[in-house]
Amino acid sequence: MTIQVSTVSDVRTTNGKAGDRVAYLTELLSLRPPLDCPAAWLQEIRDRAAARVQELSIPSPKDEEWRFTDLSPLLQTHFQTAQPQLAAISSAEIAPFVLPGPAHRMVFVDGVFAPSLSTEPVISTSLIVGNLDAVQQSSLWDQLPNYLAEQRGADEVFTALNSASLRDGAIAWVSQNQTLETPIHLLFISTKAEQASVNHPRGLVIAEPNSHLTVIEEYVSLEQGVYFTNPVTEIWIETNAAVHHTRIQRDAKESFHIGKTAVSQARDSRYTCNAISYGAQLSRHHLEIYQIGEQTETTLNGLTLIAGEQVADTHSAIAFTKPCGTSRQIHKCIVDDHAHAVFNGKIFVPKPAQLTDAGQVSRTLLLSPKARVDTKPQLEITADNVKCAHGATVSQLESDEIFYLQSRGIDEETARRLLTYAFAYDVIREIPIPSLQDTLAQFVREHF
Amino acid sequence: MICDNSEIILSVQDLTAEVDGTQILKGLNLEVKAGEIHAIMGPNGSGKSTFSKVLAGHPDYTVTGGTVTFLGQNLLEMEPEDRARSGVFLAFQYPIEIPGVSNLDFLRVSYNSKRKHQGLDELDAFDFDELVQQKLDVVKMDPAFLSRSVNEGFSGGEKKRNEILQMALLEPKLSILDETDSGLDIDALKIVSNGVNQLTTPENAIILITHYQRLLNYIEPDYVHVMEGGRIVTTGGKELALELEERGYDWVREEEAVGAK
Ligand SMILES: Nc1ncnc2c1ncn2[C@@H]1O[C@H](COP(=O)(O)OP(=O)(O)O)[C@@H](O)[C@H]1O
Ligand SMILES: [Mg+2]
Repeated sequence: MTIQVSTVSDVRTTNGKAGDRVAYLTELLSLRPPLDCPAAWLQEIRDRAAARVQELSIPSPKDEEWRFTDLSPLLQTHFQTAQPQLAAISSAEIAPFVLPGPAHRMVFVDGVFAPSLSTEPVISTSLIVGNLDAVQQSSLWDQLPNYLAEQRGADEVFTALNSASLRDGAIAWVSQNQTLETPIHLLFISTKAEQASVNHPRGLVIAEPNSHLTVIEEYVSLEQGVYFTNPVTEIWIETNAAVHHTRIQRDAKESFHIGKTAVSQARDSRYTCNAISYGAQLSRHHLEIYQIGEQTETTLNGLTLIAGEQVADTHSAIAFTKPCGTSRQIHKCIVDDHAHAVFNGKIFVPKPAQLTDAGQVSRTLLLSPKARVDTKPQLEITADNVKCAHGATVSQLESDEIFYLQSRGIDEETARRLLTYAFAYDVIREIPIPSLQDTLAQFVREHF
Repeated sequence: MICDNSEIILSVQDLTAEVDGTQILKGLNLEVKAGEIHAIMGPNGSGKSTFSKVLAGHPDYTVTGGTVTFLGQNLLEMEPEDRARSGVFLAFQYPIEIPGVSNLDFLRVSYNSKRKHQGLDELDAFDFDELVQQKLDVVKMDPAFLSRSVNEGFSGGEKKRNEILQMALLEPKLSILDETDSGLDIDALKIVSNGVNQLTTPENAIILITHYQRLLNYIEPDYVHVMEGGRIVTTGGKELALELEERGYDWVREEEAVGAK
């Protein structure tokens, strides 16, 4: 495949007026592809969401939620509907992304299911892994309307745009009392076309009561280029079930990524998310957890690694609603050159959520004087008997640390890289797949 | 061991240095020959750690005057990593923790950077593993420490033993041990001292910076220097350490005042 630089005709200037933001969103909506799996209830989801999108506009920095992340570069780019050439992609091309161990792999190229790159769909009484079309033949099909696009937060503009543009989805379901040892690998690939394209991948994970599931969700590209990917993944974790989720965003350097992870946790459930972002010129991850039952546990490990002119924004929200919930969150950012990281961590603890135990830590390592971070814990607590702690630090590499390594014969550059990796390590080590840890270690070695 | 005609490893003349604009070293002189063990004692804040960091090349310290010659080379012109590769080793008073970097990997990178400097082939993981296993005995270290992150969660004594393990691997010409004995219980002190004694040869030299005479019961120095106000003010044999223990540092200060008159 060839590498192409975006042409001037792809770009127009915008003064970012409110009218332009509405018009731009309308244009994105007009690009929605048809359903790959026609069904009336899916069309209803699309239409409802489209109606919602029509009430909205692309957010501007005047919106509190988008204060630090300016979408102007997105508005300056015109996209077309993705038309992936599935047949043109060989298994060899995706080999670097294939997990070395056993996995149920679902590959989507620009939002389109790629059966030849995926493992066989599984439709059994204990496990279902497949795209919408495959799931149509299962008993789960009738249940899907209770889950798909049913998470709270669906009204947010990019989430609604995704639902309005729904064409297919990656569905994973594990039945009650099942412990699935084999990870489910959702691989979302974006490709570069003649003209920059937009895609809206969709994922849905359902863990029935007492089940255990590991999900690896990755966003990658096969070549450099401008594109916009706007994924949404919904995860439902039922009573006493556990989901271990690793989400890695390593999109192409010039791309845009605005993604959503929405999770509902029933009583006694456990959810762990390792969210790693290091691709895209402009990225945003909405990570929203709704604890809808008592005594649920949420663990969020975040890592952003950016350089050059990258902007990477994580907006997380944990909503406690019932007593005795816990959350542990650590978010780390490594920011080099002129890059700009944003972290906003909301924690809602309303009256009924007594005995909540919530902890949040944000740590940033700035590797250059021009690097920037905006980090904001946002705790809204009305319950009176709770434990909520948060802390934020911004640091640089310590000269004492570099000197220690130098005094052992290690040159300064290697010393900096080792220490940068060390900073990221307590998030990286949570990733359950060693090869993915190695990929990240190598990325740090090559880029910092 | 003092031998008159042995090689001069380190020669420091009129060394002055400052940190953050404050003069700390104020004309320090010291000569160290192969085979010798020098103890540097002195009250807190007299500049002992500063001296050790200046020798190892810490970038926060600025040398404002004097010379330091190491094996005939101008040490002050060398980058810290090149000093290390050429045979200067500093055992830190406060070793740094590096989570995420395994002790074994760290030791190998360090060891190989020295081999490369000497024009030797780097050791692969397999050969290095064999070498490091032998060196563990020097400080009676549990091999489990190799797979842990560098110094992370190590006790004070374990960190100091790890420093001596690094010394054993790098086989420096000049080792500077900055309060390696501080905070050690008697068992750990014996292990560390015993390790250092095993590494002493007629070809290398050691500078022991210490607060306590106790260490010198286990590692016998050829010279004891007393540092005060950024200079070496008195030098003697090992009996000087005993005298200091009995009479304190005030006595040295008075002597010096008398001598200066
Ligand atoms: N980074 C620094 N900035 C300012 N002063 C320092 C710094 N490091 C050491 N000093 C000062 O230098 C003096 C000598 O310190 P140090 O060399 O650590 O002494 P010692 O090791 O003998 O106890 C002390 O007065 C100390 O406060
Ligand atoms: Mg000291």
